[in-house]
Amino acid sequence: MDNYSDSKNKFEFPMIQDKSDCGCGNTEKHIRNTVSALNQSFLSGSILTSVGHLPQVSSALSWQDHWGTIKARFGVFRMDYSVAPGLYALGNPDDNSSVLVTANYKMSFDRLRKALPGRDVWILVLDTDGINVWCAAGKGTFGTEELVGRIKSSVLASIVKHRKLILPQLCAPGVAAHIVAKLSGFKVQYGPIRAEDLSAYLDAGSKATEQMRIMSFPLKERAVLIPIELMEALKAFLIIAPVLLVLSGIMGPAGFWANAGSYGLFAVLAILCAIVSGAVFSTLLLPYLPGRAFSIKGFFIGIVTFLILLYLRDINLQAWPGRIETLAWLLIIPAISAFLTMNFTGASTYTSLSGVKKEMRWALPLQIAAIAIGIITWIGAILIS
Amino acid sequence: MKNLVYLKDVVTLQLDDNKCTGCGMCLDVCPHAVFKMNSKHVVIQNRDACMECGACSRNCPVDAISVQSGVGCAAAVINSMLGRDGEFCCGPDTGSKTANNKGCCC
Repeated sequence: MDNYSDSKNKFEFPMIQDKSDCGCGNTEKHIRNTVSALNQSFLSGSILTSVGHLPQVSSALSWQDHWGTIKARFGVFRMDYSVAPGLYALGNPDDNSSVLVTANYKMSFDRLRKALPGRDVWILVLDTDGINVWCAAGKGTFGTEELVGRIKSSVLASIVKHRKLILPQLCAPGVAAHIVAKLSGFKVQYGPIRAEDLSAYLDAGSKATEQMRIMSFPLKERAVLIPIELMEALKAFLIIAPVLLVLSGIMGPAGFWANAGSYGLFAVLAILCAIVSGAVFSTLLLPYLPGRAFSIKGFFIGIVTFLILLYLRDINLQAWPGRIETLAWLLIIPAISAFLTMNFTGASTYTSLSGVKKEMRWALPLQIAAIAIGIITWIGAILIS
Repeated sequence: MKNLVYLKDVVTLQLDDNKCTGCGMCLDVCPHAVFKMNSKHVVIQNRDACMECGACSRNCPVDAISVQSGVGCAAAVINSMLGRDGEFCCGPDTGSKTANNKGCCC
């Protein structure tokens, strides 16, 4: 471990001189970030360059890095999970080494370095407010301006002799390669979508195969998104569940606890199953569920969930209260499942805004109506029982 | 695995054949292989696969491609309908932590 805590005192980080220089009008942020850059816990040391010490990392992730990823996946301190923007050395790069660009979301940064064991490259981290490459590109924070500004503020031109940058393909919605070339003199090459393909890409002389350029959505990539979807839905569940228990307790035919234990408990279970249906099963089974619209997929799996619950509940379908309660859950469960699955469009990798808007125009009113009528029906079933 | 395709005939992608010089930049940046090189210029081979990310039009040096780009995210659309945090879903724009932080693409 290099003693960077000593060196950081004597070291003057290359700082931009005025706002117009940086191109992004964020001078204060730059200063704040550069001060902390050499003092981050995940660094392996620092490396001395012609412009001073730069933070150095290795491709091996520590248990803290992994733990951070897990927390971020579950939505704990997610928005603070960032690294200081600027230039980093992975291994011991020199003035001929490749320059890879990434976002300052720690998970993006970690995936990049993990994918490059044994390589010596420069990593230019842009300030994307701790948001990943794809989302930041959509917002424009991973954009032409920030990139050009960061090239200048990191004095990249005097650290490497060549004038090439490798950018993740998924930042392309925010970065105009031809304008970057014009403004900074650096030629942008779009690397593969996945960091895991980078080694092969570099070995092939910065050539991506067709497969590297296609954004797929395999089971593994869908599965890691489940925790955050589930956590969000469960937050709403924690508010709804007590309300249902109290409502059923007050309105039912028997005593408060007997009612809550019968209607209330089943209601809580039904909502929970609807959430699991829409946030877990629909995500896992996405390609195999019928329909193109996510609402249809979610509705379908919701119906299956409803049927399983109906079987478990063993409702007396001969009597009206039982029939009405069944109808209530037939309305509510698939609608919740459809809504949550529709929300997954944002996390999916292939839905267009035009498509989502079109789907929502008909699906959202139906979902809201089904849930509203379902709740009224459920209350009615308890009242007449 | 088969490639997932969203709704049919909704995409706003437009390509101007006359402007296209066939540089192939859009082929590089498109994450869904929507384009294909056809001798001298590019053609759209799979319109329905387009997710309107806008990478192609942003990186087209001759402005031959237009698309109304945006994030295909229901939570974001709901947020904008409710007047919250614009059209973005992947966390706040301004750095405030109160905004919607749904699982969306992040």
